[in-house]
Amino acid sequence: MDVSQMQRQLVDYTASLFREGFLDDQFTQLQQLQDESNPDFVIEVVSLFFEDSERLVNDLGRALNQPIVDFKKVDAHVHQLKGSSSSIGAERVKNSCIAFRNFCEEQNTEGCLRCLQQVKQEYFLVKNKLESLFRLEQQILAAGGSIPLVE
Amino acid sequence: MESCNCIEPQWPADELLMKYQYISDFFIALAYFSIPLELIYFVKKSAVFPYRWVLVQFGAFIVLCGATHLINLWTFNTHSRTVAVVMTTAKVLTAVVSCATALMLVHIIPDLLSVKTRELFLKNKAAELDREMGLIRTQEETGRHVRMLTHEIRSTLDRHTILKTTLIELGRTLALEECALWMPTRTGLELQLSYTLRHQNPVEFTVPIHLPVINQVFSSNRAIKISPNSPVARLRPTAGKYMPGEVVAVRVPLLHLSNFQINDWPELSTKRYALMVLMLPSDSARQWHVHELELVEVVADQVAVALSHAAILEESMRARDLLMEQNVALDLARREAETAIRARNDFLAVMNHEMRTPMHAIIALSSLLQETELTPEQRLMVETILKSSNLLATLINDVLDLSRLEDGSLQLDLATFNLHAVFREVVQLVKPIALVKKLSMTLTLASDLPEYAIGDEKRLMQTILNIVGNAVKFSKEGNISIAVCISKPEPLLDARAPDFFPVPSDGHFYLRVQVKDSGSGINPQDIPKLFNKFAQNQSVSNRNSSGTGIGLAICKRFVNLMEGYIWIESEGFGKGCTASFVVKLGIAGRSNDPDHRVVPLNHVQANFPGLKILIMDDNGVSRMVTKGLLMHLGCEVTVVSSADECLRVVSPEYKVVFMDIGIPGTVGYEVARRIHERIPKRHERPLIIALTGNTDKATKDNCLRVGMKGVLLKPISLEKMKSVLSELLERGSLHEP
Repeated sequence: MDVSQMQRQLVDYTASLFREGFLDDQFTQLQQLQDESNPDFVIEVVSLFFEDSERLVNDLGRALNQPIVDFKKVDAHVHQLKGSSSSIGAERVKNSCIAFRNFCEEQNTEGCLRCLQQVKQEYFLVKNKLESLFRLEQQILAAGGSIPLVE
Repeated sequence: MESCNCIEPQWPADELLMKYQYISDFFIALAYFSIPLELIYFVKKSAVFPYRWVLVQFGAFIVLCGATHLINLWTFNTHSRTVAVVMTTAKVLTAVVSCATALMLVHIIPDLLSVKTRELFLKNKAAELDREMGLIRTQEETGRHVRMLTHEIRSTLDRHTILKTTLIELGRTLALEECALWMPTRTGLELQLSYTLRHQNPVEFTVPIHLPVINQVFSSNRAIKISPNSPVARLRPTAGKYMPGEVVAVRVPLLHLSNFQINDWPELSTKRYALMVLMLPSDSARQWHVHELELVEVVADQVAVALSHAAILEESMRARDLLMEQNVALDLARREAETAIRARNDFLAVMNHEMRTPMHAIIALSSLLQETELTPEQRLMVETILKSSNLLATLINDVLDLSRLEDGSLQLDLATFNLHAVFREVVQLVKPIALVKKLSMTLTLASDLPEYAIGDEKRLMQTILNIVGNAVKFSKEGNISIAVCISKPEPLLDARAPDFFPVPSDGHFYLRVQVKDSGSGINPQDIPKLFNKFAQNQSVSNRNSSGTGIGLAICKRFVNLMEGYIWIESEGFGKGCTASFVVKLGIAGRSNDPDHRVVPLNHVQANFPGLKILIMDDNGVSRMVTKGLLMHLGCEVTVVSSADECLRVVSPEYKVVFMDIGIPGTVGYEVARRIHERIPKRHERPLIIALTGNTDKATKDNCLRVGMKGVLLKPISLEKMKSVLSELLERGSLHEP
């Protein structure tokens, strides 16, 4: 397909992500920070987020599978994950982290495990979406077009 | 024997036998007596004999034996009892001694035999040592010869002498019959006989270089025996009776200057070799010994080195001579150029003054005349006079400027000026003419164009005026648009300036001006010549166009002085033309010390260039986002991820510290307190702002208590950060919302 079609597709896709709550305003902020001196800023931040989150999720899984759960540590991990996700605007992940933290305060292992599942799910969803988004952008760039800014 | 009661022996019966026995006994006795005498005599003569005792014994034994036989002589006839007793005693003694001797000999004889063996062994050893000594001596001789040869060869840098000396010395050392050197010819396809030992003037022999024997020699660095019949060895006509001596050939690498790299020795990838042929005397049955071959190889190497030294010397002498010549020539040229420049400057100075004075008079008086009452024709005439004289004045100025520009003696007058005003003025100046020609003019100033800038206002205006003037001059109709903006740091699309990257830096920005006209256009092939002096666009329609043709050249010089670039694009005749240039201007209102910047109240700055900020955040993602945010605003950002690191890095050069306080909130407070302790002076201390995910009252109070200047909710938007930084720099704290 030609460049303008791909651009339209990108715009629609991005809009849908915002609509469905995967991304929020913060992501737009990130995109605004990308300029000529920093052309891959968004991709770099998001990649870092992916790395961090996967590590945190693994750590959480391990921590919650201990016979005696250290809720302080779990809370610390969730706090980190919440911070990262809110920094890039992964809204749903952030929300599930908030719920997670509540269960940590109550020291409810069951609830925590359920929340971890939810967080994982949300994370993989948003990861998929973002990867598709970047792929689209790369295709447009490869075809010689430019990334349209979404208002 | 007792008195015998035997029959008296009858002499005649056994007389013969008896006589013989008598004689034999006598001689035996004689022999027996003389043997020890001989022994004693010879032992006395010899220096070494370890067995004196044995000798004595042996002597005794022999003597007694002799005595026995001697006494026997008397027993042939009747003899008295005394004789018998003596005989018996002698025999007894003899028996004793001989038995003793026999016993002794059993011990002695093996020793004596081994002495013999040892003697043989020693003799062999002596022979061997002799041989070895012979070898060492020859080696030492060889070494001495080589040293002497080398010394001789290396004591001269003259190629001819080197080679001649080599041959002579080799001939002498090895007692050669003939010694020859074949050098490769210029073409490299043949070897030419260059030097020989015996023939003083060798015939110009050449031999093709690709003979198998030559290849064989060239392919190895050893001295190789070759047949005396090969073409390189047949130097004199062989008479029949000569059995030619053995011939050896060795290669001599000819190293060239170009073979010497700085960093590595030349591997013998050089293909040029000379051939040295050595012949032993004929009919001498001499053979080449190993040590002689080694000598030859060593000499060949030394010769190569000596030759290369000679070559290098030659080269360097030649190069030096060349350089000296060039120096002299350059010096002369320089002096001539200086004289010329001085003459021209003098001329120009004089002309300038002399020409301008009358010019001023004409212009001034003509303008005054214009103010008076004139008839229409008179007015027209005066206007023409004025126009022409203005033109002439411009010409004079241009020429003077150009010459000064070329000298490099022109310097820009930098000052702060109103950028917008410059463009407006240019438009004002040109508009009347444009209106007359029914051309419309549009000026577009970009929104982010600063109002003030630092640069040479006059020359910038001159440049813009020139370009716009050209646009107007060469357009008969249509529109002239002037677009002014800040240049982005991307390569200019002009292929002639592929390396020009207008990169804005601290305190400078690049101004980009584009003047588009819809006039007669320029042939793209003529574009490069436009900027040359006195080159005019020779199109017919421009016959009446005025101008000296150096306007653009001057513009180019000015633009270059302003570290910029100017170019013209046109698609051809009738298609209009776009002149653009980029120049570097200073950002106004910026002092070197951002500390004491005066920020107008309520003015949110769009950019905080050079502001040094420290971010402490243990979350990698949020760290990166905040950093990106601040860098986008032009700040210089340092990131740390832990309290320790923060304390290590923090210093008065940071103006603001953004500290992320997470759950372990106490850590952040501690860091803030420590920073306060470490940098007690208020104006040196960076402003500490807390970034947090929750801004409840308790957190805020805690932050303020430890001396932080504000609390921000993460994540922050770009706009918010801008206003935060503005407020911080203006007020030194964030007031509670």
